[in-house]
This record gives sequence, structure tokens and C-alpha cells, in this order.
Amino acid sequence: MPREWTDLFVLPDGEAPPANAGGEEQEGGRGRGRFFRRLRENLSKTRQALGAEIQATLFETVDEATWERLEEALIMADVGASTTAKVVAQLEQEARDGGLEGGEALSARLTELLAGIARTESPVRIDLSPKPTVIMAVGVNGTGKTTTIGKLAWHLRRELGRTVILGAADTFRAAAVEQLQGWAQRAGCEIVTGREGADPGSVAFEAVRRGREQGADVVIIDTAGRLHTQDHLMDELTKIRRVIGKQLDAAPHETLLTVDATTGQNGLRQAKLFSRAVPVDGVVLTKLDGTAKGGIALAIAGELGIPVKLIGVGEALEDLRPFDADDFARALIAP
Amino acid sequence: MFDALSEKLQATLSDVRARGTLTEADINAAMREIRLALLEADVNFRVVKRFTSTVKERALGEEVIGQLNPGQQVVKIVAEELTTLMGGESERAEFASRPPTVILMAGLQGSGKTTATAKLARFLKAEHGSSVALAACDVYRPAAVDQLVKVGGQVGAEVYEQGTDRDPVDIARWALDRAKMDGKDVLIVDTSGRLHVDEALMAELVKIRDATKPTTTLLVVDAMTGQDAVNVAEQFAQAVAFDGVVMSKLDGDARGGAALSVKAVTGKPILFASTGEKLDQFERFHPDRMSQRILGMGDVMSFIERAESQIDADEAQALERKLRRNEFTLDDFLGQMKTMRRMGPLTSLLGMIPGFQDQQLKNLKVDESDLDRLEAIILSMTPEERRRPELIKGSRRLRIARGSGTTVQAVNQLVKQFSQMQKMMKQMTKGKMPDMAALMRGGR
Repeated sequence: MPREWTDLFVLPDGEAPPANAGGEEQEGGRGRGRFFRRLRENLSKTRQALGAEIQATLFETVDEATWERLEEALIMADVGASTTAKVVAQLEQEARDGGLEGGEALSARLTELLAGIARTESPVRIDLSPKPTVIMAVGVNGTGKTTTIGKLAWHLRRELGRTVILGAADTFRAAAVEQLQGWAQRAGCEIVTGREGADPGSVAFEAVRRGREQGADVVIIDTAGRLHTQDHLMDELTKIRRVIGKQLDAAPHETLLTVDATTGQNGLRQAKLFSRAVPVDGVVLTKLDGTAKGGIALAIAGELGIPVKLIGVGEALEDLRPFDADDFARALIAP
Repeated sequence: MFDALSEKLQATLSDVRARGTLTEADINAAMREIRLALLEADVNFRVVKRFTSTVKERALGEEVIGQLNPGQQVVKIVAEELTTLMGGESERAEFASRPPTVILMAGLQGSGKTTATAKLARFLKAEHGSSVALAACDVYRPAAVDQLVKVGGQVGAEVYEQGTDRDPVDIARWALDRAKMDGKDVLIVDTSGRLHVDEALMAELVKIRDATKPTTTLLVVDAMTGQDAVNVAEQFAQAVAFDGVVMSKLDGDARGGAALSVKAVTGKPILFASTGEKLDQFERFHPDRMSQRILGMGDVMSFIERAESQIDADEAQALERKLRRNEFTLDDFLGQMKTMRRMGPLTSLLGMIPGFQDQQLKNLKVDESDLDRLEAIILSMTPEERRRPELIKGSRRLRIARGSGTTVQAVNQLVKQFSQMQKMMKQMTKGKMPDMAALMRGGR
């Protein structure tokens, strides 16, 4: 499971990430001391959101109530009733068969089971060898698409030294283009925009064209947030994808669905209907810095086989991180 | 998923009728289904626990002799209890005795505050004729101020903004002074999205509240929120003691169990529901309808209300006369279609009709562009042809097909469908209900 940016992305043959990969934030006005303090803060935040210890009381005693407590913990984490039932039944079975003794063994096995569901058979890493690699971001309104794209562009640019072009194909939401423009400036990459209300397909097409023309490494297409139940908007998404494919064979190479960690069981419907419109390669689980555990991502991985690739644990640039299944599993049942 | 609750309960309780009363074992089996269904609808785990024990108490020993269907009986209890839990009657937002009424909007990032702010402004203008101003206090999210200026302009509300360099508390205070000076009836304060665990930002929200002394503070909650809705609501309640909730994104297929949970835990009512992308898709919240939605029972009241707001009573009477005399023409059909489409997308309308839930809707995808084509075909006919579609043969058919950019087959199909419809209407005026589903399928 990737923990570092360099693990998440497969770089083209023979290319190494620049020496300062993972290095200093290059925005003006920040001293070295400040940078390290921020880094420390961020790491502790990530730990809080992800690497927390398993709920100590969960396996204090093992009896009927244990399984109920576990069930409650998983359901409260939005894992959903059916996935929860499966996991609890299996752990209970294994405990009964005598393979697992004591709280430590039980919680280790539980983490393993959960992480096992999160690890799907689909590739977790994102291949950057096509040139340009076209990444398309889709999702429901307010899940954090534009922010994710902005941060992703920043990391690709600053940490992996890739040249990035952004395509602002969210021509619907008022001021969405301005928001992405702000990010483009911070990340130091070019942006292709259209008028508000312009055809999003044409913006995507132009962005990919420009990416080819300039020999950019990555083109990231932002799309308007849409509810998965709006058929015409889902059709529009299919069309944007098709238009991109016309400009560049096999593109988009990676379609990422942003899912808000606070989302409940409806997230499964979101993932299902979005992947019906455009094949979804991975989930970006955003807003994990609150108290929500994002267990719906586990249900999505388990039932639809779509892996989580990135997580968002805060507002800062470094708060977009590669996903780690073990950390995630532990955090799900943390208090 | 969930629409099946009623069916599942009926299956679970199928042998009860013979015995006459519900036993503890029956109830337990039923409670398991209810519990699962509520959890799938994102009702908070603890609320579900409390809820099922209440329902159990009521259902236990309930007489089912003479009841056709014990399953229905339990569903009825569940629906009633859900409605009670959600607050019974729908409540209204308060106005200040001396204007301006200040409404403070709060919520997590991406919950839909800015959109809800503009929609609420439009709603208050339309319902109460208020003059509304908006204060742009979201200085953190890039371009949030631009967004508010744009949507504010669209709903005709003045937006008080000072860019993003000033402190939001100062902006709020300044906006309130301006609203007073401008004699506005209502000032809605849009704030930036913040996490309930972000102490600094929560403290800032409290400062904005203290600076503006809002008449009403509203928490915007995404209908798709899961178990965490309760944490969020509790924290916001503690910090700013909000008065009510706006449910956003209710136009999706989320069951909205979050709504129920928030009400159950904080006791604060849900006042408004945001039901679509368009700025006029915003309505007063009705607890009873929501409980039916959670149970997958359809939303007849909303359907009727939407129909009422679109259908002119005189027109309806004239139409009824025509139907009775069997004088319904393609022109009337066109008019009906237009009225229906003004009410919203067909699938969302059908979703409100009980028994017309998910499974059927899945097979019955109404393509709105089909309706465009139908309109085009009818509009390409002469008035005479619209009155007497039986005239449409040979060259007329070809002309209509060309004129509407469709095919002869499509024209044929429409004419055939229309004659079927006339037959069905004849039946209906004789007092028989037509099979709606068959009618819709016939349209495909």
C-alpha cells in the first residue's frame, strides 16, 4: 500500500522523481522552521485521522456483547449493515473455532479483515507513463473535487516534477473556474478555461489538446459536481469522457471519484451510478479530518471493487495523501 | 434496498393473521427488518436502537384481528413514530419584530450553504415579499464570494461583500449596519464551511453570531450524510445553538436518515429542504413526508402540491369537460405534457407516487428527449390534424416527420399511442382506473 507520493504513482521508465521530492514547500514567505512545524502538525493530524489505536474496550471481554459493540463501531463508521454483518460473522466464527485468543489477536485479525476488503484487485497505483496522462475527477456536489485537483496538481508538480495542465470543465457552478484558477496559480501550472455555461466537453478537449501540443506530463480535468440520479448530467459525463478519448486514444487513463467521508450509505449508490456512466478507477476519500470515519469507502471497495487511492485529511496542501489500507482499517474502529 | 420494507414485513409477519395478535417473536423478527432498513437509510445507530424499542412497545400485543395485513399495521406504527420523532407538524422560521431579521447560515464544507443562502433569499422574497440582502462572510474558500455574488444576483438579493482580506466578523458587523441603513427586511449571513472539531473556526462562528445577534441560526446538513450527522449537529448546537436545519441535496436518492437523527438528538426541527440545482427548488420541510420517504412510501402530498401550483383550476375544469365529451385533442395533450414538465423531471414526479418506487423506476427510464420529440411532432401538425389525428396518412405523415426532424415510424407511434390514450380516457370517464404502468410502458 502506498504511503508516499512516489509509491502511488508509476513514473515512466527511467525517470526518477526530482531530488527534492517530498521536499520543501516552495511558496514564498515561509521559512524552514515554519515548514517543519507545519509538517509535524500535518503528520499528527494524519495520525489522528488515520493511525489511531484500536478501540481498547472493544475486546476487553469476549462474549455476546463484544460482537454487538463491534457491530456498533462499524456501523457508526458508516461501513453499512451488510459489510458489517459479514465482517462480524467471520471474526465471530474464527474466534469460536479457537484460532483467535485474546484481545490483541482479535483486533489484529479484525484489522486484517477490514484492510483485506479495502485492498481490491484493481490496481491501486496510478500509471503516469502515457504522455500526457489524462486524469478526470468526478463526483457529487460539494465532495471536494476542485480542491482535490488543485492539491493533486501541486503534488505532481512540486514533488514529482511533472508538468500539469488543468482543464476547468466545471462550467456550471458559479465561480468554480475562479476557484480552480487559484489552485493553478499556487501549483504553478497552466489552466484551460471556458466561459461559464460553455460546453464542458469542449473545455476538456481543448485541455487535452493543449497537453499534447505542449508535451505536458499530466492533464487533469475538473468536472461539475452532479447528483448521480440526474440522468442527463450523467450522460454529459459519458460524453466528456468520449470527447477526451477522441483527442487522445485510451484517455482518460484515470477517473477518480471524490467521496465525502461524511457520506452515509448513499455513497454506494453514488459509486455504482457514477461507474455506470464512466468507469471509475479509484476513490478519493475527502474530509477525513472531521469525526467521520469514511467507512462507506470500505463498502464501495468490497461491493464494487473500486479501491481508495487518495485521502484528504485537511485544508492544507500536504493534507492530500496516498491511501493506506492498514491505517484506514485501524482508524475505522478507533474510538 | 429499502422500498421493500413493507413487503419484507408482510412476509415476516405472514402467519400472524391466523393467530390474531402479534407475539414478542413476531415483533422481534419485524424489528430486525426495521433496524436494517433504518440503518440503510443512515439513521443514527443509537437513534435506531431507541426507536425500535419504542415501536416494539407499541406493537406488542397490538390487535391484528380484522386487520387485513399485520405487516401494514407495523409499517403504520413505524411511519407514525417516525413522524413524531421528526417533529410532527412542519415548523416555520421566525421573523424579528424589528427588521432586519438576521439569519445565520452554518455548516460543514460542501454541505451547500452558499446555494442554500441564495435559495432561502429567493424563497423569502417569493413567499413573504421580503427585501433580502446577503452578507459574504466566507473569506476562506477560493471564489466563494464570487459565487455568492453570482447566485445572489440571480435571485435579486443585494450582496454585501468586502472581498476576502477582511475578518469575517468585521464583514458581518458591517453588513448588518448596511442592512439597517438600506432598510432591508432580511439579512442572510453566509459563513465559510467549517469542521465541527475545528476549535478556532467554531470560535469565529460564535463571534459572528454575537456580532449579528441572529433571529434564526440555520445549520445546513447534506441529506447524504451518514452516522456522523449526529456528531456534527451536537457540536454546532453546543457552539451556536442553531434553531433549525436546512436539508440540502434532497433531490438525490438518499433516504435522508440524517434528518431524522439530527432532530432526534438535538431536538431542532428541519425547516427547509433543498431539492434541486435550480434556485427555486427549495421548500418548507414536511416531517410526515420525510418519514414516508425514509420508509419508501412515496410522497403524495408533495406531488399534489406541485401539481396544484402548476395547474390552473379553470383549465383543469375545461379539460375535464373535454374528457367527458371525449373531445380531448392532441393540442390538449401537448398542453398537458407542458404542464407536467413544468412540475419537474418525470422520474422525480413518478418517484413521489406510492407503489411507483425504485424497482419500477429502474425499468422505466423516462427519457426527457423523447418528450421533446413528441412535442416537435405535434407542433409540426396543422390545427386540423391535431383535432383529428385520423387524418394523418401518407404525405401528411411524411411532412410531419420531416418538419419535426423525426421519422414516419415515430409519427405513427404517436398517433397510435394517442388513440390508445383516448380509449383509456373513455374508460376512465366511465369510472375505471387505467393501468398507469401499462400506459407508461406503452410509451416506450
